[in-house]
Amino acid sequence: MKTFTYRSATGFADGLEPGAVFLAGGTNLVDLMKLGVAAPDVLVDVNRLVADEISELPGGGLRIGAGVRNSDLAADPRVRTRYPVLSQALLAGASGQLRNMATTGGNLLQRTRCRYFMDATKPCNKHAPGTGCPARDGDHRNLAILGGSDACIATHPSDMAVALVALDAVVNTSGPAGERRIPAEELHRLPGDAPERDTVLEHGELITSVDLPAVEVTNSAYRKARDRASYAFAVGSVAAALTVAGGTVGDVRLAWGAVAPKPWRARIAEERLRGAPATRESFLAAADAELAGARALRDNAYKIALMRNLTASVLERLAAAGGTR
Amino acid sequence: MRLTVNGIEHDLDLDPRTTVLDALREHLDLTGAKKGCDHGQCGACTVLLDGRRVNSCLLLAVAHQDAEIRTVEGFEDHPVQRGFLEHDGFQCGYCTPGQICSAVGMLDEVERGWPSAATGGDPEGEDLLSDAEIRERMSGNLCRCGAYPNMVPAIREAAGR
Ligand SMILES: Cc1cc2nc3c(=O)[nH]c(=O)nc-3n(C[C@H](O)[C@H](O)[C@H](O)COP(=O)(O)OP(=O)(O)OC[C@H]3O[C@@H](n4cnc5c(N)ncnc54)[C@H](O)[C@@H]3O)c2cc1C
Ligand code: FES
Ligand code: FES
Repeated sequence: MKTFTYRSATGFADGLEPGAVFLAGGTNLVDLMKLGVAAPDVLVDVNRLVADEISELPGGGLRIGAGVRNSDLAADPRVRTRYPVLSQALLAGASGQLRNMATTGGNLLQRTRCRYFMDATKPCNKHAPGTGCPARDGDHRNLAILGGSDACIATHPSDMAVALVALDAVVNTSGPAGERRIPAEELHRLPGDAPERDTVLEHGELITSVDLPAVEVTNSAYRKARDRASYAFAVGSVAAALTVAGGTVGDVRLAWGAVAPKPWRARIAEERLRGAPATRESFLAAADAELAGARALRDNAYKIALMRNLTASVLERLAAAGGTR
Repeated sequence: MRLTVNGIEHDLDLDPRTTVLDALREHLDLTGAKKGCDHGQCGACTVLLDGRRVNSCLLLAVAHQDAEIRTVEGFEDHPVQRGFLEHDGFQCGYCTPGQICSAVGMLDEVERGWPSAATGGDPEGEDLLSDAEIRERMSGNLCRCGAYPNMVPAIREAAGR
């Protein structure tokens, strides 16, 4: 690991000198530093700076401080009753130990688990721009079928972020250029020809909190497919919320994880579903419509069938659960 | 640098790159916490940080100078330790200190009613110490010897003591 200086952050919008990065729980950053993929000159610890509280917003939403640990967020009674999809997504991720350290801000900004990105000795357009992408012809079994580019097909690994995108959450930031409210769906960017940039955040822009809008639909769920029963990243996941009235879909929110460089809001599928019969046939047809844009490589085509079936099964269960508010 | 471990405050001269795990093992002679993977993937390094179970291999010591760290050396005849002995919850023992610290932290989480991925819709009415719950809650601790079957009753029994 390259050496660095350490300091505790004192105020918002301090900005960061070049070569400095924020440290929260450290469960991703310290790992990447050990691997030599991250090599900051300065670590600015934000644990005393960012709020670790969950508070009520006027109108019925919740504000989650960026320092709230994943385990505390998942266990919060308000989150469990109003946003089950979020609690379930958090509990599906990592392990008890990791969730106790991992923060809301750090979870959103965790980096891809693509094996070439995590290996500093390998070419990778994300960790060393312009060196190429060995994944296309190499190991891409868990990489993107949607939203990738010639330069990069890495997937975003967070479970929590998929639920936040489905819930229309808003990410609050504070940085040298002032404060911003960024819809969770727009926080992460597609790689295009600049895969080294995961998000729209500027250097030194701190995530201060995440707002969950008042719930319209509490009938929500997260389902994750993975290579072992627990303590493994997703190979595909679905976050969904649904209301059904008289056998017809009312409101529906659908987001997919582990299939794209960002949490993927399945807006084409949502569009098809609103007002459609709440049946397995229409759930499958909606997933197919979203997946029409998918592009698979040699070893990740299974994700197309996986997402189709996973989506239909989650929506079927939500419909059976009443699909009411 | 200051580190508080098992109630004792230590003054140490450490490189900022030092993890809590390396500080314990290399500088404080507390070799209970083990280095399995050094990347958060196995749980062998589990300790309690202000009472909560965490992977010490991913903690920078410099960032945790105000915390209370508890390692397996800090337990004496703890119900979880007794359970592991009585139920033969280990084979080679390499993962065991991490399993024990993790189980202590996990039982506290159960006490507080925290749900897990194995918990259904109504956690109120659920047995948070069923086999499925214990296995899911302990999934952050791997055991190369596969001694899992005996750990499950060891942990459940400890909860009742
Ligand atoms: C073995 C293992 C298994 C895992 N499995 C899963 C899984 O199944 N699902 C899943 O979703 N995740 C999983 N994770 C990842 C884990 O969820 C992340 O490591 C964690 O959420 C990161 O949070 P942190 O607070 O520790 O972030 P850190 O490591 O401290 O930081 C991560 C990044 O965010 C930046 N950052 C942190 N806070 C802020 C802020 N407030 N503002 C701006 N920038 C900030 C840091 O600079 C850094 O770049 C796993 C991790 C490991 C090691
Ligand atoms: S050594 Fe820390 S989790 Fe493996
Ligand atoms: S007892 Fe040998 S690794 Fe668990």
